[in-house]
Amino acid sequence: MIVVPCPNCGPRNSSDLRNAGEVVARPDPATTSLTEWRSYLYLRENPAGWVTETWYCRSGCRRYFTIERNTSTNEIRESESS
Amino acid sequence: MSSQRLPTRAGELIDRSTSLSFTWNGRSFSGHEGDTIASALAAAGVEVFSRGMKYHRRRGILTADHWDPNLSVQVGDEPNVRAGSRRLVDGMQVSAQNAWPSLRWDLGTANQLVGRFLSAGFYYKTFMRPQFLWHNLYQRILRKFAPGGRVHWKTGTHGDYDKRYAHPDVLVAGGGPAGMAAALSAAEAGASVMLVEQEPELGGHLRWGGPDDLTVLADLREALYSTPGIEVLCDSIVTGRYDHNWVAVMQRSHPVVPERLIKARVGSLVVAPGLVERPYVFAGNDIPGVMLAGAVRRLINLWAVKPGSRAVVLSANAEGDAAVADLESAGVAVIAVLDARAGEDIVQVRGRGRVASVQTGDGRTLKADLLVTATGWSAPTSLLNMAGDRPVYDKVAARYFPQSLPDNVLATGGIEGDGSTAELAAHGRETGALAAQRALRLRHERRTQTARSVRPESTPPASVPDNRIPLRRSPHPECYRSTTHGLVDYSEDISSKDLIQAAGEGFDSIELMKRYTTVTMGPGQGKLETVNAAAVLAEVRALDLADIGTTVWRPPFSPVSLGALAGRIFEPVRRSALQDWHEANGATNLLAGQWVRPDHYGDPMAEATNVRENVGLIDVTPLGKLDLRGPDVANLLNLVYVNRWQKLEVGRVRYGAMVTEDGVVSDDGVTGRLADDHYLMTTTSSGAGAVWEMLEDWLQTYRPDWEVHVTPVTGGLTSINVAGPRSRDLLERLVEDVDLSADAFPYFSVRTGTVSGVQDCIIWRIGFTGELSYEIHVPSGYSLHVWESLVSSGSDLGVAPFGIEAQRILRLEKGHYIVGQDTDGLSKAPTAGLGGLVKLDKADTIGLPELRAAFERTDLPVLVGLQPDDPTIVPEEACQIVAAGSNEILGRVTSSRMSPTLERSICLAQVDPSLASAGTSVTVKLVDGRRITATVQEHHAHVDPEGARQRV
Ligand SMILES: [Zn+2]
Repeated sequence: MIVVPCPNCGPRNSSDLRNAGEVVARPDPATTSLTEWRSYLYLRENPAGWVTETWYCRSGCRRYFTIERNTSTNEIRESESS
Repeated sequence: MSSQRLPTRAGELIDRSTSLSFTWNGRSFSGHEGDTIASALAAAGVEVFSRGMKYHRRRGILTADHWDPNLSVQVGDEPNVRAGSRRLVDGMQVSAQNAWPSLRWDLGTANQLVGRFLSAGFYYKTFMRPQFLWHNLYQRILRKFAPGGRVHWKTGTHGDYDKRYAHPDVLVAGGGPAGMAAALSAAEAGASVMLVEQEPELGGHLRWGGPDDLTVLADLREALYSTPGIEVLCDSIVTGRYDHNWVAVMQRSHPVVPERLIKARVGSLVVAPGLVERPYVFAGNDIPGVMLAGAVRRLINLWAVKPGSRAVVLSANAEGDAAVADLESAGVAVIAVLDARAGEDIVQVRGRGRVASVQTGDGRTLKADLLVTATGWSAPTSLLNMAGDRPVYDKVAARYFPQSLPDNVLATGGIEGDGSTAELAAHGRETGALAAQRALRLRHERRTQTARSVRPESTPPASVPDNRIPLRRSPHPECYRSTTHGLVDYSEDISSKDLIQAAGEGFDSIELMKRYTTVTMGPGQGKLETVNAAAVLAEVRALDLADIGTTVWRPPFSPVSLGALAGRIFEPVRRSALQDWHEANGATNLLAGQWVRPDHYGDPMAEATNVRENVGLIDVTPLGKLDLRGPDVANLLNLVYVNRWQKLEVGRVRYGAMVTEDGVVSDDGVTGRLADDHYLMTTTSSGAGAVWEMLEDWLQTYRPDWEVHVTPVTGGLTSINVAGPRSRDLLERLVEDVDLSADAFPYFSVRTGTVSGVQDCIIWRIGFTGELSYEIHVPSGYSLHVWESLVSSGSDLGVAPFGIEAQRILRLEKGHYIVGQDTDGLSKAPTAGLGGLVKLDKADTIGLPELRAAFERTDLPVLVGLQPDDPTIVPEEACQIVAAGSNEILGRVTSSRMSPTLERSICLAQVDPSLASAGTSVTVKLVDGRRITATVQEHHAHVDPEGARQRV
């Protein structure tokens, strides 16, 4: 169980939060193609290394925030987009 | 059998003033407080404790500690108890495992005669075919020979297990001299410390040492218990280290519960497990009477047990030399000491059930009943491996050492190097101080990361470099195998010959060899075996041991009982404010998610009929309720629902369905507009939490520019549905300031008013049951009053409560689908019949592209009303709908009930589109295999498809 730093609640067990997954851009539903939409739905980079992902502080302040996490080491650092 | 108990020893753990009785295989024995099961039996002269797994040869004490592979016993109905460390308790019923029919007469010894079937890879070779033999022969017979104890099928629990969360700055794994010193200095530096020791008392190898060792131990123990900030947990094992120093401790010393799993978030982990003595591989090395030096030292010094009469000692180190001295002091005749440092060796041991003679490397045969080996150490590096380290073999010291550790994991003691007691303690002290320093920095960092009204002013503790003086590495001969073959893995009965054969068959990497032969896969998980196995492989491949590598050490470090992992369940239960009333009035409850709620009050069919004829009350508080406020609520609703929301007027409610981004129906409910910027959304009971999280997600991450506040009010508002043709009559008696007439308060409207004197109740007119009905959302503190008023005011109208079961009947009669029951994880909007609701020309809706794609498809299943042709048969929910002449699946029944209104069975079903038109006859396969026919209906609704009853 890793420790995830919530901007409001501080470092917390990851079981207090929910990993909402890698940050992906949502295509405009009005103009997107089905192929583009499905890659948004199902395709992720899933690198062995740094990934920008969203976490949800579900047992705490209810904030969605993004961090960068190294999937090989679980090292965590602030995300520019948080 | 004669007593082997020695006169009093200086460091003995036993209390001779006590006498504990216990049985071993049905015979009565006694021992003392402080004895292990094994020491008490050995003191009484017992020499055979178990049988080998495959060849069923007799086994005696080998290591006399927690890792002894020969000392797994059954205690009462607890299997696999480690008799080498488990302390004796009065009244214990102990029996041997792995022996059938008895320890003395064991049929399995016949396996020795058919040894070729049991050699390397025998599982794979022998039991592959013929396959029919698996069930009939292999499985039944093998089970009799299978190692391990038994759990009786009537076994109860062994009491409540427990869990605990801890946050020590420093956790020290191992309570020997280095670990104790580390705990002390860490506490002195201001850290909170947890010291975990697997034996029931602190001290490690000091316990069986000489007078000087005992003095140091007494001093360290005294200091530990008098220094504040140290929690000492003995008889407890650190079983795993995970990311960010999440450490699992299995505590067996708890005064109340049998075991407690401690989940510790640790600042710094200090790994100080000492060393594990390694057995030597030679012919006969599993005959009782072959013991490690540590075993005889423990037996003599801790439990005052004489391990034999005539001993031969093979010594490669100081532990072996000390064992010689201990043996002599215990009155054991040491007839020969072979010095492995000088190249002396033993070749084999002979004896049946006990060592009788020892053959030495120089050709002598010595009569002896005890052979003691001191051939080296294995470093129990598991926790270091779990922290990412790959320990490296040092040829000179003949053992593995840590290579590189993360900053929050530090090693000390024997695992780091050699030294005198004072040197080990000094290294421990330095390590503890460093660990504390790093942990305190982390603590400060975490505190300042947390938002607070007042920021802590203190500056972080200074960063300290690692200036520890390393422990030296004393030279040690590489003693792994003699010139003969013997057991490498005592738990799995695997010999060096088996490993060589496996390598010959191509399984010549350590990981492959492990899986093929099962070496190191027994209960000890390789503590004693891994290095010897690697050494044999190195020998076959003519490589250096350093080039062989070892298998990966994974958690747990030591076996963990399932009870401890399960622990106690802390699942909260939710109750509406009316639940006490329900229970006082005959409700039979059901658990729906976290909610306890009435299933029925005795007769659900009658409850349903009462709703159709009179008026019923149901507590629907678990319905998810979200209070939405702000100028952009309509935009949010338009995004999350498939239909349109911009034009909902104040005072109106609307049904909405939600899909996820992949177009699958995810939730539905009714949302009403209470004021310009104020809405109340309802969700399914099971979806309340998920919808709330989903709304927050879209608002926070996608449209942070929208001004909407979402407040969950599920428990704050008690929801009461008043349903039935006389519901208006009932409410008119209690509602003060709302005109309830059909014209003033039409279907799908919402009003806020006073009910039975309670202000601000939200009343909306909707109908899940298909009858005229009102849903009242009452501030929960007043809801019992409102409920009781409804009950007492309506007795002449036939008012009666109804439960979930009646509601399910009523809604099925009405054909309302339930998300998650009549739909599933693949159901798109067309399946649920949402064609009329979905608006595909909106600019944005969750899942919009998938909705568009779904409505172009013609192959999606269709939800239909279905009636069995035999009206008395109610097909069970999830029964398959199959093709008439085969078992080809064409759908399934999603809901089914007997309808009290129609007095016939009714269903909803998902069917293949080819079967979806009204009047189609389909075949339903019942659970018992019978096939019945049923007819697809024109509507989902079986009762009142036009909706006349709810629009009055
Ligand atoms: Zn938070």
